Amino acid sequence: MNEFLDPKLAGWLIDAAYFLAAILFILGLKKMSHPTTARGGIVWAGIGMVVATVISYLTPDMHNYMLMTAAIFIGGVLAWWTGKKVAMTDMPQMIALYNGMGGGSAAAIAAVELLRLMTGKGLSHDIPAARELAVIGALIGTIAFSGSLIAFAKLQGWMRKVYRFPGQQVFNALVFVAIIVLGFMLALTDFTAWHFIAFFGLALLFGVLMTVPIGGADMPVVISLYNALTGLAVGFEGYVLDNPAMMIAGIVVGSAGTLLTQLMAKAMNRPLTNVLFAGFGTGDSGGAGVEVTGSMKAIDPSDAAITMAYADKVIIVPGYGMAVAQAQHKIWEMTQLLVSKGVKVVFAIHPVAGRMPGHMNVLLAEAGVPYDMIYDLEDVNNEFGTADVALVIGANDVVNPAARKDTSSPIYGMPILDADRAKNVFVVKRGQGTGFSGIENLLFFEDNTRMCYGDAQDVAQKFIAGVKSL
Amino acid sequence: MEGFIALYIFMLAAFTGYEIISKVPVILHTPLMSGSNFVHGIVLVGAMVALGHADTTTEQVIGFIAVLLGAGNAVGGYVVTERMLEMFKPSNKDKKGDAS
Repeated sequence: MNEFLDPKLAGWLIDAAYFLAAILFILGLKKMSHPTTARGGIVWAGIGMVVATVISYLTPDMHNYMLMTAAIFIGGVLAWWTGKKVAMTDMPQMIALYNGMGGGSAAAIAAVELLRLMTGKGLSHDIPAARELAVIGALIGTIAFSGSLIAFAKLQGWMRKVYRFPGQQVFNALVFVAIIVLGFMLALTDFTAWHFIAFFGLALLFGVLMTVPIGGADMPVVISLYNALTGLAVGFEGYVLDNPAMMIAGIVVGSAGTLLTQLMAKAMNRPLTNVLFAGFGTGDSGGAGVEVTGSMKAIDPSDAAITMAYADKVIIVPGYGMAVAQAQHKIWEMTQLLVSKGVKVVFAIHPVAGRMPGHMNVLLAEAGVPYDMIYDLEDVNNEFGTADVALVIGANDVVNPAARKDTSSPIYGMPILDADRAKNVFVVKRGQGTGFSGIENLLFFEDNTRMCYGDAQDVAQKFIAGVKSL
Repeated sequence: MEGFIALYIFMLAAFTGYEIISKVPVILHTPLMSGSNFVHGIVLVGAMVALGHADTTTEQVIGFIAVLLGAGNAVGGYVVTERMLEMFKPSNKDKKGDAS
């Protein structure tokens, strides 16, 4: 279709469209950082994406239009379908999956460019250091690709086990050194097909090796890290292809993602190095610690409901377990009943409630909870001392007082919600086992704690019935 | 592109990304991560250019995969972000307490 268009005009149109896209991406992300404008933000960024994609068809000297359109169609429809279908609770792993695709795409671009440079035809043969950056981008993108897929498999529950073997870190280091050597060969020498295959194969393997020892609890931080890495890879490949829109968008995401990763790691009190190189959240580090004294005491949900109905202030601490049981709608119904009886009800959200910072807010918003009833850790923590009831639903580690008391606990020092300071604590829990991280929760054994065992949705239904019966 | 101009672009883009995220309330972290995941879906246009210049079958196959994955990143990232943000309907009351 290019024959009909003056190449100069086409070039100008492409430059203008990419410039527009870059502006829309930045403004879109900016708007996404405030709740009232967030919705518009993604639409703006989306317009930028459509404009950039359509105009890219005008790029001079291209062929394979059929293949291109087919690939966009297949990839787009599959992603659209899965994205529409997925439940809100499963969002984190879908983000991991789509992010992995982006990393894979950046790596594949690098592969094509490297192959073409070998024959002296590459787009980037006159750009300084393009080949080196292509190799670096390929490495980062490939690791983000295979690592994200493992993260997806783990959160999806396809890979429950944590794989470890003695000398694993030494082995990983050796693999990494091998990748670096191969990378130098690709960047600086006349490499063969075997170098090429070995480089990408080992990079894929490294992404897997890096991710399999990491437990589910740490996965959000890892996904965020891979998101940042994909951004970097896209930025570098943008340089290789002389494409400023990719450079800007990629690096903006790379730096924003790095900061977000740090914020998440901080919220969980887990230095990034611990997440990547030490095991936790895996179930095998929770054995030690102070002796648990006392016992778990059960309570009938209807009795708990009556206590709440006569309370002045109730603080609800929702966790991922509530979302899995799809109990948020019932809990909101119960909240409205309590409010109509004059009880002050607020929701207290730990930064890592759900699977990621902000995930729980999304889930509550889905149920219709207005955001002025939802409070962050710092804003609500002093309130527990004056609360009559703290209702913990499907949350575990984020209310474990061991983080304050037990220096030997793996979560010692992690900021927690001080639910134990409320007059009464009701914990809705499926069974007596330990949670996601495998750490015994001291809160469950406190004198003022009562357990409501059962599926969160059933228990919530009983709460509603109990409140209504008054 | 001249090397130093590229460096300037990288530097300014890095500061921009940092600035955007540093003032975000916690409630928007997941949607924003998803949104930034969508934004690097721009890799799609690079994949199109790479496939558009591919000659051998190997290059075409890898280019095809690149476009396929890039389109998945962009479309999937958009759909899930949009679905999450859809829930942040404007409320008649101003929100408070979630600034961090």
